[in-house]
Amino acid sequence: MNEKNTMKINFLSLSQNETFARTVIAAFCLPLNPSLSELNEIKTAVSEAVTNAVVHAYPDCAGEIEMTAETADRKLHIEIADKGVGIENLEEAMEPFYTTRPDEERSGMGFTVMQTFMEDVKIVSEVNKGTRVIMNKTIAIK
Amino acid sequence: MEIKYKNSSGVLIVYLSGELDEYAAGISRTVFDKLLDDNLNAKKVVFDISGLSFMDSTGIGMLIGRYKKLKNFGIPVFIAGASNGVEKVIELSGLYHIMPKY
Ligand SMILES: Nc1ncnc2c1ncn2[C@@H]1O[C@H](COP(=O)(O)OP(=O)(O)OP(=O)(O)O)[C@@H](O)[C@H]1O
Ligand SMILES: [Mg+2]
Repeated sequence: MNEKNTMKINFLSLSQNETFARTVIAAFCLPLNPSLSELNEIKTAVSEAVTNAVVHAYPDCAGEIEMTAETADRKLHIEIADKGVGIENLEEAMEPFYTTRPDEERSGMGFTVMQTFMEDVKIVSEVNKGTRVIMNKTIAIK
Repeated sequence: MEIKYKNSSGVLIVYLSGELDEYAAGISRTVFDKLLDDNLNAKKVVFDISGLSFMDSTGIGMLIGRYKKLKNFGIPVFIAGASNGVEKVIELSGLYHIMPKY
């Protein structure tokens, strides 16, 4: 039984901070003793959400990204939020292979990866206000 | 990410190692394309990604981009050596349908 733990970081929307965010989340959930495969899934989901904030939320400036996480017992809760351009049509954005940037070699798989690797994913977004990605995953008992 | 390659008897093997994300893709795209441009005499190209410890959907986009370039020259592309974690992302996106496992 793990007692509740929380963390919160703020960083600039620079692509070099993707590794930083992945490393932080991996270190934070380590006390839950995740498998290598679970750890990789969590890191990949975080990387997708952070990359979206870097690439889409702030297309031509560096803005603020906030990552908060909470662990309680075996449950990991992660939120990644930006104050960028927001998403007009969420349903469309979440479809596999949908991207607004095909010219930049985007595959449109980011949200699909998050949904596959985490137990549940919820997106809250408002145009010109920003986007918040909320994800949960239960770490299996080994 | 690090990119190395070997061209022997018409088979160009490109070795990718490290982490492939938006940051890595941004700084290595030019090097990757230059390497392919220098080896357009290859009969086939293999992306050996056994050294990749991490890849997200940006990597998918990057690999498809290089595939499209080679396809224009009629050169088939294969993927070899994906680790378990990377393999999941590849399978999700159906990448093996256009670049079969080598
Ligand atoms: N934080 C965000 N702010 C604004 N728009 C976003 C954000 N996240 C996603 N989007 C929009 O949702 C679309 C789909 O996102 P998704 O991550 O699935 O694909 P992608 O980022 O376009 O491509 P890939 O992730 O494969 O590189 C994006 O093209 C973009 O238009
Ligand atoms: Mg994305």
